Amino acid sequence: MHDAGKVIPGIIAFVLFVTVPFWTNFGKAAPKPQPELPKEYKKCVESKEFMRREHMKLLRKWRYDVVRNNMRVYINSEGRLINMSLQNECLRCHTSKKKFCDVCHDYVAAHPYCWNCHIPPEEKKGWATKEVKSLTEEASSKQPASHH
Amino acid sequence: MGAVFALVTVLAFVIVVYVGVGIAGLRGLFGIVIPYAAFLVFLIGMVYRMIEWAKIPVPFRIVTTCGQQKSFRWVKRSRLESPYNNFEVVLRMILEVFAFRSLFRNLKAEIKGPNLIYGSYKWLWLGAIAFHYAFFTILLRHFRFFSYPVPEPIQILDQIDSFFHIGLPHLYMTDVVILAALTFLFLRRLADPKLRYISLASDYLPLFMIYGLVISGILMRHFFKVDVTQVKEFTLGLVHFHPKAPQVGVIFYIHIFFLSALMAYFPFSKLVHMLGVFFSPTRNLANNSRAVRHQPAPWWKKPKFKTYCEWQEEFKEQLIESGQPIDEDCYEKK
Ligand code: HEC
Ligand code: HEC
Ligand code: HEC
Repeated sequence: MHDAGKVIPGIIAFVLFVTVPFWTNFGKAAPKPQPELPKEYKKCVESKEFMRREHMKLLRKWRYDVVRNNMRVYINSEGRLINMSLQNECLRCHTSKKKFCDVCHDYVAAHPYCWNCHIPPEEKKGWATKEVKSLTEEASSKQPASHH
Repeated sequence: MGAVFALVTVLAFVIVVYVGVGIAGLRGLFGIVIPYAAFLVFLIGMVYRMIEWAKIPVPFRIVTTCGQQKSFRWVKRSRLESPYNNFEVVLRMILEVFAFRSLFRNLKAEIKGPNLIYGSYKWLWLGAIAFHYAFFTILLRHFRFFSYPVPEPIQILDQIDSFFHIGLPHLYMTDVVILAALTFLFLRRLADPKLRYISLASDYLPLFMIYGLVISGILMRHFFKVDVTQVKEFTLGLVHFHPKAPQVGVIFYIHIFFLSALMAYFPFSKLVHMLGVFFSPTRNLANNSRAVRHQPAPWWKKPKFKTYCEWQEEFKEQLIESGQPIDEDCYEKK
Protein backbone atom coordinates (compact mmCIF):
# COMPACT_ATOMS: atom_id res chain seq x y z
CA MET A 1 0.00 0.00 0.00
CA HIS A 2 1.31 3.45 -0.86
CA ASP A 3 0.98 6.41 1.47
CA ALA A 4 -0.08 4.13 4.29
CA GLY A 5 0.52 6.98 6.72
CA LYS A 6 -2.36 8.89 5.20
CA VAL A 7 -4.57 6.08 3.92
CA ILE A 8 -4.82 4.10 7.14
CA PRO A 9 -5.93 7.07 9.30
CA GLY A 10 -8.39 7.89 6.52
CA ILE A 11 -9.84 4.39 6.58
CA ILE A 12 -10.08 4.50 10.37
CA ALA A 13 -11.85 7.87 10.23
CA PHE A 14 -14.30 6.52 7.67
CA VAL A 15 -15.08 3.40 9.68
CA LEU A 16 -15.56 5.45 12.85
CA PHE A 17 -17.84 7.87 11.03
CA VAL A 18 -20.17 5.27 9.54
CA THR A 19 -20.36 3.26 12.76
CA VAL A 20 -21.19 6.24 14.98
CA PRO A 21 -24.60 4.84 15.97
CA PHE A 22 -23.01 1.61 17.13
CA TRP A 23 -20.21 2.88 19.33
CA THR A 24 -22.03 5.88 20.76
CA ASN A 25 -24.72 3.53 22.03
CA PHE A 26 -22.37 0.85 23.22
CA GLY A 27 -23.09 -0.17 26.78
CA LYS A 28 -26.07 2.18 27.08
CA ALA A 29 -29.46 0.80 27.97
CA ALA A 30 -32.22 1.29 25.44
CA PRO A 31 -35.24 2.32 27.49
CA LYS A 32 -38.77 1.66 26.38
CA PRO A 33 -41.16 4.56 26.85
CA GLN A 34 -44.11 3.70 29.03
CA PRO A 35 -46.72 6.44 28.97
CA GLU A 36 -49.16 6.26 31.86
CA LEU A 37 -52.56 5.28 30.48
CA PRO A 38 -55.79 6.55 32.06
CA LYS A 39 -57.33 4.11 34.50
CA GLU A 40 -60.92 5.30 34.53
CA TYR A 41 -61.35 5.15 30.76
CA LYS A 42 -61.18 2.20 28.42
CA LYS A 43 -61.07 3.79 24.99
CA CYS A 44 -59.28 6.64 23.36
CA VAL A 45 -60.75 8.84 20.63
CA GLU A 46 -59.89 6.19 18.09
CA SER A 47 -58.22 2.79 18.35
CA LYS A 48 -54.95 2.64 20.22
CA GLU A 49 -52.94 1.78 17.09
CA PHE A 50 -54.52 4.66 15.22
CA MET A 51 -53.73 7.07 18.05
CA ARG A 52 -50.11 6.02 18.31
CA ARG A 53 -49.72 6.45 14.57
CA GLU A 54 -51.83 9.44 13.75
CA HIS A 55 -52.58 11.56 16.84
CA MET A 56 -50.66 14.51 15.36
CA LYS A 57 -52.72 14.42 12.21
CA LEU A 58 -55.86 14.08 14.26
CA LEU A 59 -54.88 17.12 16.34
CA ARG A 60 -54.17 19.04 13.20
CA LYS A 61 -57.59 18.21 11.87
CA TRP A 62 -59.20 19.20 15.15
CA ARG A 63 -57.32 22.44 15.25
CA TYR A 64 -58.23 23.23 11.68
CA ASP A 65 -61.88 22.42 12.15
CA VAL A 66 -62.20 24.49 15.32
CA VAL A 67 -60.12 27.49 14.43
CA ARG A 68 -60.99 27.78 10.76
CA ASN A 69 -64.42 26.23 10.47
CA ASN A 70 -65.87 26.71 13.94
CA MET A 71 -66.77 23.03 14.13
CA ARG A 72 -66.25 21.75 17.64
CA VAL A 73 -67.64 18.22 17.47
CA TYR A 74 -65.74 15.26 16.10
CA ILE A 75 -67.51 12.07 15.21
CA ASN A 76 -65.20 9.11 15.64
CA SER A 77 -65.23 5.85 13.72
CA GLU A 78 -67.70 4.37 16.21
CA GLY A 79 -70.05 7.32 15.82
CA ARG A 80 -69.29 8.74 19.25
CA LEU A 81 -69.45 12.58 19.51
CA ILE A 82 -66.28 14.11 20.92
CA ASN A 83 -65.48 17.67 21.87
CA MET A 84 -62.54 18.72 19.70
CA SER A 85 -60.18 20.26 22.19
CA LEU A 86 -56.60 19.65 23.10
CA GLN A 87 -56.70 20.92 26.68
CA ASN A 88 -60.23 20.03 27.53
CA GLU A 89 -60.54 16.68 25.80
CA CYS A 90 -57.21 14.88 25.30
CA LEU A 91 -55.95 16.00 28.65
CA ARG A 92 -59.25 15.36 30.40
CA CYS A 93 -58.44 11.66 30.19
CA HIS A 94 -54.67 11.87 29.90
CA THR A 95 -54.41 13.94 33.03
CA SER A 96 -50.70 14.44 33.01
CA LYS A 97 -48.76 15.83 30.09
CA LYS A 98 -45.47 14.92 31.78
CA LYS A 99 -46.34 11.31 32.40
CA PHE A 100 -48.07 10.77 29.09
CA CYS A 101 -47.29 12.98 26.11
CA ASP A 102 -43.78 13.92 27.20
CA VAL A 103 -42.71 10.34 27.84
CA CYS A 104 -42.93 9.44 24.16
CA HIS A 105 -41.92 12.82 22.84
CA ASP A 106 -38.72 12.88 24.86
CA TYR A 107 -37.98 9.41 23.59
CA VAL A 108 -38.25 10.34 19.91
CA ALA A 109 -37.12 13.95 20.47
CA ALA A 110 -40.35 15.50 19.21
CA HIS A 111 -41.08 19.02 20.41
CA PRO A 112 -44.71 19.93 19.83
CA TYR A 113 -44.88 23.68 20.31
CA CYS A 114 -48.54 23.51 21.32
CA TRP A 115 -47.73 24.17 24.96
CA ASN A 116 -46.47 27.64 24.21
CA CYS A 117 -50.14 28.63 24.33
CA HIS A 118 -52.20 25.67 25.45
CA ILE A 119 -51.94 24.94 29.13
CA PRO A 120 -51.11 21.46 30.37
CA PRO A 121 -52.94 20.27 33.50
CA GLU A 122 -49.80 20.43 35.62
CA GLU A 123 -49.51 24.12 35.01
CA LYS A 124 -53.20 24.71 35.61
CA LYS A 125 -52.93 23.02 38.97
CA GLY A 126 -50.04 25.32 39.80
CA TRP A 127 -52.24 28.33 39.12
CA ALA A 128 -54.87 27.12 41.53
CA THR A 129 -52.26 26.98 44.27
CA LYS A 130 -49.72 29.55 45.25
CA GLU A 131 -46.99 28.73 42.72
CA VAL A 132 -48.34 31.29 40.31
CA LYS A 133 -45.31 33.53 40.30
CA SER A 134 -42.74 31.07 39.07
CA LEU A 135 -45.16 29.65 36.56
CA THR A 136 -46.11 32.97 35.01
CA GLU A 137 -42.46 33.82 34.77
CA GLU A 138 -41.86 30.58 33.01
CA ALA A 139 -44.85 31.15 30.77
CA SER A 140 -43.79 34.65 29.82
CA SER A 141 -40.27 33.52 29.07
CA LYS A 142 -41.70 31.14 26.50
CA GLN A 143 -42.47 32.95 23.30
CA PRO A 144 -45.27 31.52 21.21
CA ALA A 145 -43.48 30.12 18.23
CA SER A 146 -46.45 30.35 15.95
CA HIS A 147 -50.18 30.57 15.82
CA HIS A 148 -52.68 28.80 13.64
CA MET B 1 -33.18 2.88 -22.14
CA GLY B 2 -31.03 3.31 -19.06
CA ALA B 3 -33.70 5.36 -17.39
CA VAL B 4 -36.34 2.74 -18.12
CA PHE B 5 -34.15 -0.04 -16.79
CA ALA B 6 -33.47 1.91 -13.61
CA LEU B 7 -37.13 2.75 -13.17
CA VAL B 8 -38.16 -0.87 -13.58
CA THR B 9 -35.53 -1.94 -11.04
CA VAL B 10 -36.75 0.54 -8.48
CA LEU B 11 -40.39 -0.44 -9.02
CA ALA B 12 -39.35 -4.06 -8.63
CA PHE B 13 -37.86 -3.16 -5.23
CA VAL B 14 -41.20 -1.78 -4.13
CA ILE B 15 -43.04 -4.85 -5.34
CA VAL B 16 -40.56 -7.21 -3.68
CA VAL B 17 -41.04 -5.51 -0.34
CA TYR B 18 -44.76 -5.27 -0.80
CA VAL B 19 -44.98 -8.99 -1.43
CA GLY B 20 -42.31 -9.89 1.13
CA VAL B 21 -43.66 -7.88 4.02
CA GLY B 22 -47.21 -6.97 3.13
CA ILE B 23 -48.23 -10.44 1.99
CA ALA B 24 -45.67 -12.96 3.22
CA GLY B 25 -44.97 -11.08 6.47
CA LEU B 26 -41.19 -11.53 6.32
CA ARG B 27 -40.50 -8.66 8.71
CA GLY B 28 -37.39 -10.23 10.16
CA LEU B 29 -35.81 -10.66 6.73
CA PHE B 30 -36.57 -7.16 5.45
CA GLY B 31 -36.18 -5.36 8.75
CA ILE B 32 -33.14 -7.06 10.23
CA VAL B 33 -31.26 -9.47 7.97
CA ILE B 34 -31.16 -7.33 4.83
CA PRO B 35 -30.23 -4.06 6.59
CA TYR B 36 -27.40 -5.68 8.56
CA ALA B 37 -26.13 -7.49 5.47
CA ALA B 38 -26.32 -4.30 3.40
CA PHE B 39 -24.44 -2.35 6.03
CA LEU B 40 -21.70 -4.98 6.11
CA VAL B 41 -21.43 -4.92 2.32
CA PHE B 42 -21.15 -1.14 2.49
CA LEU B 43 -18.52 -1.11 5.22
CA ILE B 44 -16.35 -3.93 3.91
CA GLY B 45 -16.81 -2.89 0.29
CA MET B 46 -15.75 0.67 0.90
CA VAL B 47 -12.71 -0.30 2.96
CA TYR B 48 -11.74 -2.86 0.33
CA ARG B 49 -12.05 -0.21 -2.35
CA MET B 50 -9.81 2.17 -0.46
CA ILE B 51 -7.16 -0.47 0.08
CA GLU B 52 -7.24 -1.43 -3.57
CA TRP B 53 -6.90 2.19 -4.62
CA ALA B 54 -4.03 2.72 -2.23
CA LYS B 55 -2.18 -0.20 -3.78
CA ILE B 56 -2.10 1.42 -7.18
CA PRO B 57 1.15 3.30 -7.72
CA VAL B 58 0.97 6.85 -8.97
CA PRO B 59 4.28 7.30 -10.71
CA PHE B 60 3.60 10.74 -12.11
CA ARG B 61 2.34 14.00 -10.70
CA ILE B 62 -0.78 14.35 -12.81
CA VAL B 63 -2.31 17.25 -10.93
CA THR B 64 -5.14 19.10 -12.62
CA THR B 65 -3.95 22.65 -12.79
CA CYS B 66 -5.74 25.71 -14.00
CA GLY B 67 -3.43 28.42 -12.90
CA GLN B 68 0.14 29.60 -12.80
CA GLN B 69 2.42 27.22 -11.00
CA LYS B 70 5.15 28.27 -8.63
CA SER B 71 7.96 29.75 -10.62
CA PHE B 72 10.15 32.82 -10.19
CA ARG B 73 9.37 34.90 -7.19
CA TRP B 74 8.14 37.76 -9.33
CA VAL B 75 5.66 35.62 -11.23
CA LYS B 76 2.34 35.71 -9.47
CA ARG B 77 1.22 32.18 -8.79
CA SER B 78 -2.13 30.64 -8.05
CA ARG B 79 -2.02 28.66 -4.84
CA LEU B 80 -5.38 26.96 -5.25
CA GLU B 81 -5.28 26.29 -8.96
CA SER B 82 -1.80 24.88 -8.88
CA PRO B 83 -1.02 23.81 -5.34
CA TYR B 84 2.66 23.59 -4.62
CA ASN B 85 2.70 21.98 -1.19
CA ASN B 86 0.46 19.72 0.86
CA PHE B 87 -1.13 22.60 2.71
CA GLU B 88 -2.37 24.07 -0.54
CA VAL B 89 -3.52 20.65 -1.69
CA VAL B 90 -5.57 20.30 1.49
CA LEU B 91 -7.07 23.74 1.02
CA ARG B 92 -8.07 22.94 -2.51
CA MET B 93 -9.45 19.57 -1.45
CA ILE B 94 -11.54 21.15 1.31
CA LEU B 95 -13.06 23.60 -1.13
CA GLU B 96 -13.65 20.81 -3.58
CA VAL B 97 -15.40 18.61 -1.04
CA PHE B 98 -17.40 21.30 0.72
CA ALA B 99 -18.06 23.74 -2.11
CA PHE B 100 -17.78 21.61 -5.29
CA ARG B 101 -15.39 24.15 -6.68
CA SER B 102 -14.63 22.33 -9.91
CA LEU B 103 -18.33 22.05 -10.72
CA PHE B 104 -18.62 25.77 -10.15
CA ARG B 105 -16.33 26.22 -13.11
CA ASN B 106 -18.70 24.23 -15.27
CA LEU B 107 -19.20 25.65 -18.74
CA LYS B 108 -21.81 25.03 -21.34
CA ALA B 109 -21.06 25.05 -25.03
CA GLU B 110 -23.76 26.26 -27.35
CA ILE B 111 -23.93 26.98 -31.04
CA LYS B 112 -25.49 30.37 -31.60
CA GLY B 113 -25.73 31.13 -35.29
CA PRO B 114 -22.28 30.56 -36.73
CA ASN B 115 -20.50 30.84 -33.40
CA LEU B 116 -19.66 28.29 -30.76
CA ILE B 117 -20.17 30.05 -27.46
CA TYR B 118 -18.99 28.92 -24.06
CA GLY B 119 -20.91 30.35 -21.17
CA SER B 120 -20.88 29.96 -17.45
CA TYR B 121 -23.44 27.38 -16.36
CA LYS B 122 -24.00 27.24 -12.63
CA TRP B 123 -27.19 25.20 -12.53
CA LEU B 124 -25.44 21.87 -12.25
CA TRP B 125 -23.38 23.19 -9.37
CA LEU B 126 -26.47 24.56 -7.66
CA GLY B 127 -28.41 21.32 -8.10
CA ALA B 128 -25.50 19.22 -6.91
CA ILE B 129 -24.72 21.29 -3.85
CA ALA B 130 -28.38 21.57 -2.87
CA PHE B 131 -28.76 17.84 -3.22
CA HIS B 132 -25.65 16.92 -1.25
CA TYR B 133 -26.23 19.31 1.63
CA ALA B 134 -29.88 18.34 1.90
CA PHE B 135 -28.91 14.68 1.92
CA PHE B 136 -26.25 15.26 4.54
CA THR B 137 -28.65 17.19 6.77
CA ILE B 138 -31.24 14.45 6.44
CA LEU B 139 -28.61 11.87 7.35
CA LEU B 140 -27.61 13.84 10.46
CA ARG B 141 -31.24 14.35 11.41
CA HIS B 142 -31.84 10.62 11.34
CA PHE B 143 -29.34 10.29 14.15
CA ARG B 144 -32.26 11.02 16.47
CA PHE B 145 -33.42 7.48 15.82
CA PHE B 146 -30.05 6.07 16.80
CA SER B 147 -29.39 7.89 20.05
CA TYR B 148 -31.03 8.29 23.40
CA PRO B 149 -30.89 10.92 24.76
CA VAL B 150 -30.73 12.70 21.43
CA PRO B 151 -27.75 15.12 21.32
CA GLU B 152 -28.74 18.77 21.55
CA PRO B 153 -27.17 19.78 18.18
CA ILE B 154 -29.24 17.14 16.38
CA GLN B 155 -32.42 18.44 18.02
CA ILE B 156 -31.52 22.01 17.08
CA LEU B 157 -30.84 20.94 13.50
CA ASP B 158 -34.24 19.28 13.43
CA GLN B 159 -35.92 22.44 14.66
CA ILE B 160 -34.12 24.64 12.17
CA ASP B 161 -35.06 22.27 9.37
CA SER B 162 -38.74 22.42 10.35
CA PHE B 163 -38.52 26.15 11.01
CA PHE B 164 -41.53 27.14 8.92
CA HIS B 165 -43.93 25.01 10.95
CA ILE B 166 -45.89 24.00 7.88
CA GLY B 167 -48.34 21.23 8.63
CA LEU B 168 -48.20 18.85 11.53
CA PRO B 169 -45.76 17.05 11.70
CA HIS B 170 -43.82 19.96 10.28
CA LEU B 171 -42.55 19.89 6.74
CA TYR B 172 -38.76 19.77 6.61
CA MET B 173 -37.08 22.26 4.31
CA THR B 174 -34.48 19.70 3.29
CA ASP B 175 -37.23 17.37 2.06
CA VAL B 176 -38.41 20.02 -0.36
CA VAL B 177 -34.88 20.91 -1.41
CA ILE B 178 -33.77 17.35 -2.03
CA LEU B 179 -36.87 16.58 -4.10
CA ALA B 180 -36.35 19.68 -6.20
CA ALA B 181 -32.64 18.98 -6.63
CA LEU B 182 -33.19 15.33 -7.55
CA THR B 183 -35.82 16.33 -10.08
CA PHE B 184 -33.45 18.84 -11.62
CA LEU B 185 -30.58 16.35 -11.76
CA PHE B 186 -32.86 13.82 -13.41
CA LEU B 187 -34.43 16.19 -15.92
CA ARG B 188 -31.01 17.58 -16.77
CA ARG B 189 -30.03 14.17 -18.08
CA LEU B 190 -33.23 13.79 -20.04
CA ALA B 191 -33.47 17.29 -21.47
CA ASP B 192 -30.12 17.54 -23.21
CA PRO B 193 -29.73 15.05 -26.09
CA LYS B 194 -25.95 14.86 -25.64
CA LEU B 195 -26.29 14.10 -21.97
CA ARG B 196 -29.09 11.66 -22.58
CA TYR B 197 -26.85 9.83 -25.00
CA ILE B 198 -24.02 9.37 -22.53
CA SER B 199 -26.25 8.55 -19.54
CA LEU B 200 -26.34 4.91 -18.57
CA ALA B 201 -28.53 2.86 -16.30
CA SER B 202 -25.83 3.23 -13.67
CA ASP B 203 -26.37 6.99 -13.80
CA TYR B 204 -30.09 6.74 -13.33
CA LEU B 205 -30.20 3.94 -10.79
CA PRO B 206 -28.59 5.83 -7.88
CA LEU B 207 -30.81 8.78 -8.68
CA PHE B 208 -33.93 6.64 -8.62
CA MET B 209 -32.93 4.76 -5.51
CA ILE B 210 -32.46 8.04 -3.68
CA TYR B 211 -35.78 9.21 -5.11
CA GLY B 212 -37.39 6.08 -3.69
CA LEU B 213 -35.74 6.60 -0.35
CA VAL B 214 -36.82 10.24 -0.14
CA ILE B 215 -40.35 9.71 -1.40
CA SER B 216 -41.00 6.76 0.89
CA GLY B 217 -39.71 8.83 3.80
CA ILE B 218 -41.92 11.79 3.01
CA LEU B 219 -44.96 9.57 2.48
CA MET B 220 -44.27 7.91 5.80
CA ARG B 221 -43.97 11.17 7.68
CA HIS B 222 -46.95 12.95 6.20
CA PHE B 223 -49.33 10.47 4.63
CA PHE B 224 -49.11 6.77 5.48
CA LYS B 225 -48.20 7.29 9.11
CA VAL B 226 -46.31 4.71 11.12
CA ASP B 227 -45.85 4.42 14.85
CA VAL B 228 -42.60 6.33 15.27
CA THR B 229 -42.17 5.19 18.86
CA GLN B 230 -42.01 1.58 17.73
CA VAL B 231 -39.70 2.55 14.92
CA LYS B 232 -37.29 4.09 17.36
CA GLU B 233 -37.42 1.04 19.59
CA PHE B 234 -36.46 -0.94 16.51
CA THR B 235 -33.62 1.35 15.37
CA LEU B 236 -32.15 1.46 18.88
CA GLY B 237 -32.46 -2.32 18.89
CA LEU B 238 -30.44 -2.47 15.68
CA VAL B 239 -27.52 -0.57 17.19
CA HIS B 240 -27.73 -2.58 20.40
CA PHE B 241 -27.72 -5.82 18.41
CA HIS B 242 -31.04 -7.14 19.65
CA PRO B 243 -33.49 -5.79 17.11
CA LYS B 244 -37.14 -6.68 17.02
CA ALA B 245 -38.86 -6.00 13.71
CA PRO B 246 -41.65 -3.48 14.31
CA GLN B 247 -45.31 -4.10 13.55
CA VAL B 248 -45.67 -1.08 11.32
CA GLY B 249 -46.85 -0.38 7.80
CA VAL B 250 -45.14 -1.67 4.65
CA ILE B 251 -44.06 1.87 3.80
CA PHE B 252 -41.48 1.69 6.59
CA TYR B 253 -40.03 -1.51 5.15
CA ILE B 254 -39.92 0.03 1.69
CA HIS B 255 -37.95 2.93 3.15
CA ILE B 256 -35.52 0.58 4.88
CA PHE B 257 -35.18 -1.53 1.76
CA PHE B 258 -34.24 1.45 -0.38
CA LEU B 259 -31.69 2.41 2.20
CA SER B 260 -30.27 -1.11 2.27
CA ALA B 261 -30.14 -1.29 -1.51
CA LEU B 262 -28.36 2.04 -1.64
CA MET B 263 -25.81 1.00 0.98
CA ALA B 264 -25.10 -2.29 -0.73
CA TYR B 265 -24.84 -0.59 -4.13
CA PHE B 266 -22.41 2.05 -2.89
CA PRO B 267 -19.09 0.24 -3.25
CA PHE B 268 -19.96 -1.06 -6.71
CA SER B 269 -21.22 2.11 -8.30
CA LYS B 270 -20.29 5.67 -9.11
CA LEU B 271 -21.39 6.55 -5.62
CA VAL B 272 -17.90 5.67 -4.39
CA HIS B 273 -16.93 9.16 -5.47
CA MET B 274 -17.70 9.94 -1.85
CA LEU B 275 -14.29 8.44 -1.02
CA GLY B 276 -12.78 8.37 -4.49
CA VAL B 277 -12.33 12.13 -4.50
CA PHE B 278 -9.66 11.76 -1.83
CA PHE B 279 -7.83 9.19 -3.89
CA SER B 280 -7.84 11.12 -7.16
CA PRO B 281 -4.23 11.72 -8.18
CA THR B 282 -5.39 14.74 -10.14
CA ARG B 283 -6.55 16.35 -6.90
CA ASN B 284 -4.48 14.95 -4.05
CA LEU B 285 -0.98 15.75 -5.29
CA ALA B 286 1.07 18.90 -5.23
CA ASN B 287 2.24 20.28 -8.53
CA ASN B 288 5.91 20.49 -7.60
CA SER B 289 7.64 18.21 -10.04
CA ARG B 290 9.90 21.02 -11.19
CA ALA B 291 11.23 21.48 -7.70
CA VAL B 292 11.26 18.00 -6.22
CA ARG B 293 12.65 14.83 -7.71
CA HIS B 294 9.93 12.30 -6.99
CA GLN B 295 10.42 8.67 -6.26
CA PRO B 296 10.37 6.68 -9.45
CA ALA B 297 7.61 4.13 -9.82
CA PRO B 298 7.98 1.25 -7.39
CA TRP B 299 8.47 -1.29 -10.15
CA TRP B 300 11.35 0.72 -11.52
CA LYS B 301 14.64 -1.15 -11.07
CA LYS B 302 17.97 0.25 -12.05
CA PRO B 303 18.77 -1.38 -15.41
CA LYS B 304 22.03 -3.23 -15.65
CA PHE B 305 24.35 -1.23 -17.87
CA LYS B 306 27.46 -2.60 -19.45
CA THR B 307 30.39 -0.26 -19.65
CA TYR B 308 32.77 -0.35 -22.61
CA CYS B 309 35.45 -1.91 -20.46
CA GLU B 310 33.13 -4.71 -19.39
CA TRP B 311 32.17 -5.31 -22.99
CA GLN B 312 35.82 -5.31 -24.05
CA GLU B 313 36.61 -7.78 -21.30
CA GLU B 314 33.85 -10.11 -22.51
CA PHE B 315 34.96 -10.14 -26.14
CA LYS B 316 38.66 -9.62 -25.56
CA GLU B 317 39.77 -12.79 -27.37
CA GLN B 318 37.79 -12.09 -30.45
CA LEU B 319 38.99 -8.52 -30.48
CA ILE B 320 42.63 -9.53 -30.32
CA GLU B 321 42.18 -12.27 -32.90
CA SER B 322 40.73 -9.88 -35.39
CA GLY B 323 43.36 -7.31 -34.62
CA GLN B 324 41.16 -4.69 -33.10
CA PRO B 325 42.81 -2.19 -30.84
CA ILE B 326 42.43 -2.74 -27.13
CA ASP B 327 41.63 0.20 -24.96
CA GLU B 328 44.43 0.20 -22.44
CA ASP B 329 42.71 2.79 -20.26
CA CYS B 330 40.53 0.02 -18.92
CA TYR B 331 43.51 -1.62 -17.30
CA GLU B 332 45.43 1.43 -16.20
CA LYS B 333 44.06 2.52 -12.88
CA LYS B 334 41.87 0.43 -10.71
C1 HEC C 1 -62.05 9.33 26.85
C2 HEC C 1 -60.75 9.48 27.34
C3 HEC C 1 -59.65 9.79 26.32
C4 HEC C 1 -59.55 10.89 25.51
C5 HEC C 1 -60.52 12.04 25.34
C6 HEC C 1 -58.32 10.77 24.80
N1 HEC C 1 -57.70 9.59 25.16
FE1 HEC C 1 -55.97 8.90 24.41
N2 HEC C 1 -56.22 7.17 25.40
C7 HEC C 1 -57.25 6.90 26.28
C8 HEC C 1 -57.13 5.52 26.71
C9 HEC C 1 -58.06 4.80 27.68
C10 HEC C 1 -56.01 4.99 26.03
C11 HEC C 1 -55.50 3.55 26.10
C12 HEC C 1 -56.20 2.81 24.99
C13 HEC C 1 -55.96 1.32 25.00
O1 HEC C 1 -55.18 0.86 25.80
O2 HEC C 1 -56.56 0.69 24.12
C14 HEC C 1 -55.45 6.03 25.24
C15 HEC C 1 -54.36 5.89 24.41
C16 HEC C 1 -53.75 6.94 23.75
C17 HEC C 1 -52.53 6.85 23.04
C18 HEC C 1 -51.69 5.60 22.88
C19 HEC C 1 -50.81 5.45 24.08
C20 HEC C 1 -50.02 4.18 24.09
O3 HEC C 1 -49.15 4.08 24.94
O4 HEC C 1 -50.25 3.30 23.26
C21 HEC C 1 -52.26 8.09 22.54
C22 HEC C 1 -51.05 8.51 21.72
C23 HEC C 1 -53.34 8.94 22.94
N3 HEC C 1 -54.23 8.22 23.67
C24 HEC C 1 -53.42 10.28 22.59
C25 HEC C 1 -54.57 11.02 22.77
C26 HEC C 1 -54.77 12.31 22.18
C27 HEC C 1 -53.75 13.07 21.36
C28 HEC C 1 -56.01 12.68 22.50
C29 HEC C 1 -56.74 13.95 22.05
C30 HEC C 1 -56.88 14.05 20.64
C31 HEC C 1 -56.58 11.66 23.33
N4 HEC C 1 -55.65 10.64 23.46
C32 HEC C 1 -57.84 11.70 23.89
C33 HEC C 1 -58.23 7.78 26.69
C34 HEC C 1 -58.49 8.98 26.08
C1 HEC D 1 -47.05 6.48 22.28
C2 HEC D 1 -46.22 7.63 22.37
C3 HEC D 1 -46.85 9.03 22.30
C4 HEC D 1 -47.75 9.58 23.14
C5 HEC D 1 -48.35 8.94 24.38
C6 HEC D 1 -48.02 10.89 22.66
N1 HEC D 1 -47.28 11.12 21.52
FE1 HEC D 1 -47.37 12.80 20.38
N2 HEC D 1 -46.00 12.02 19.17
C7 HEC D 1 -45.44 10.76 19.26
C8 HEC D 1 -44.57 10.55 18.14
C9 HEC D 1 -43.76 9.28 17.90
C10 HEC D 1 -44.62 11.69 17.36
C11 HEC D 1 -43.95 11.93 16.01
C12 HEC D 1 -42.56 12.33 16.14
C13 HEC D 1 -41.96 12.46 14.80
O1 HEC D 1 -42.56 12.19 13.77
O2 HEC D 1 -40.84 12.85 14.81
C14 HEC D 1 -45.53 12.59 18.03
C15 HEC D 1 -45.84 13.85 17.52
C16 HEC D 1 -46.75 14.68 18.09
C17 HEC D 1 -47.12 15.96 17.56
C18 HEC D 1 -46.54 16.57 16.28
C19 HEC D 1 -45.30 17.34 16.57
C20 HEC D 1 -44.13 16.94 15.78
O3 HEC D 1 -43.10 17.58 15.97
O4 HEC D 1 -44.17 15.98 15.00
C21 HEC D 1 -48.04 16.49 18.39
C22 HEC D 1 -48.72 17.82 18.25
C23 HEC D 1 -48.26 15.54 19.44
N3 HEC D 1 -47.46 14.45 19.22
C24 HEC D 1 -49.14 15.72 20.47
C25 HEC D 1 -49.31 14.83 21.51
C26 HEC D 1 -50.12 15.09 22.66
C27 HEC D 1 -50.88 16.34 22.90
C28 HEC D 1 -50.01 13.98 23.44
C29 HEC D 1 -50.63 13.75 24.81
C30 HEC D 1 -52.04 13.87 24.89
C31 HEC D 1 -49.17 13.03 22.78
N4 HEC D 1 -48.76 13.58 21.61
C32 HEC D 1 -48.86 11.78 23.26
C33 HEC D 1 -45.65 9.84 20.23
C34 HEC D 1 -46.56 10.00 21.28
C1 HEC E 1 -49.81 30.76 19.35
C2 HEC E 1 -50.54 30.04 20.35
C3 HEC E 1 -50.95 28.62 20.00
C4 HEC E 1 -50.14 27.56 19.70
C5 HEC E 1 -48.62 27.53 19.61
C6 HEC E 1 -51.00 26.43 19.50
N1 HEC E 1 -52.30 26.80 19.67
FE1 HEC E 1 -53.91 25.64 19.44
N2 HEC E 1 -55.12 27.21 19.80
C7 HEC E 1 -54.72 28.48 20.10
C8 HEC E 1 -55.88 29.30 20.21
C9 HEC E 1 -55.87 30.78 20.54
C10 HEC E 1 -57.01 28.49 19.96
C11 HEC E 1 -58.46 28.86 19.95
C12 HEC E 1 -59.12 28.40 21.19
C13 HEC E 1 -60.62 28.35 21.05
O1 HEC E 1 -61.19 29.04 20.21
O2 HEC E 1 -61.18 27.59 21.80
C14 HEC E 1 -56.49 27.17 19.73
C15 HEC E 1 -57.28 26.06 19.47
C16 HEC E 1 -56.82 24.80 19.28
C17 HEC E 1 -57.65 23.62 19.15
C18 HEC E 1 -59.14 23.55 19.20
C19 HEC E 1 -59.74 24.11 20.48
C20 HEC E 1 -59.20 23.59 21.78
O3 HEC E 1 -59.77 23.90 22.81
O4 HEC E 1 -58.23 22.87 21.80
C21 HEC E 1 -56.83 22.57 19.00
C22 HEC E 1 -57.22 21.08 18.83
C23 HEC E 1 -55.48 23.07 19.03
N3 HEC E 1 -55.51 24.42 19.19
C24 HEC E 1 -54.39 22.26 18.90
C25 HEC E 1 -53.11 22.76 18.91
C26 HEC E 1 -51.97 21.93 18.69
C27 HEC E 1 -52.00 20.41 18.44
C28 HEC E 1 -50.89 22.72 18.76
C29 HEC E 1 -49.44 22.32 18.60
C30 HEC E 1 -49.10 21.65 17.39
C31 HEC E 1 -51.35 24.06 19.03
N4 HEC E 1 -52.70 24.05 19.09
C32 HEC E 1 -50.54 25.16 19.20
C33 HEC E 1 -53.41 28.91 20.25
C34 HEC E 1 -52.30 28.15 19.99
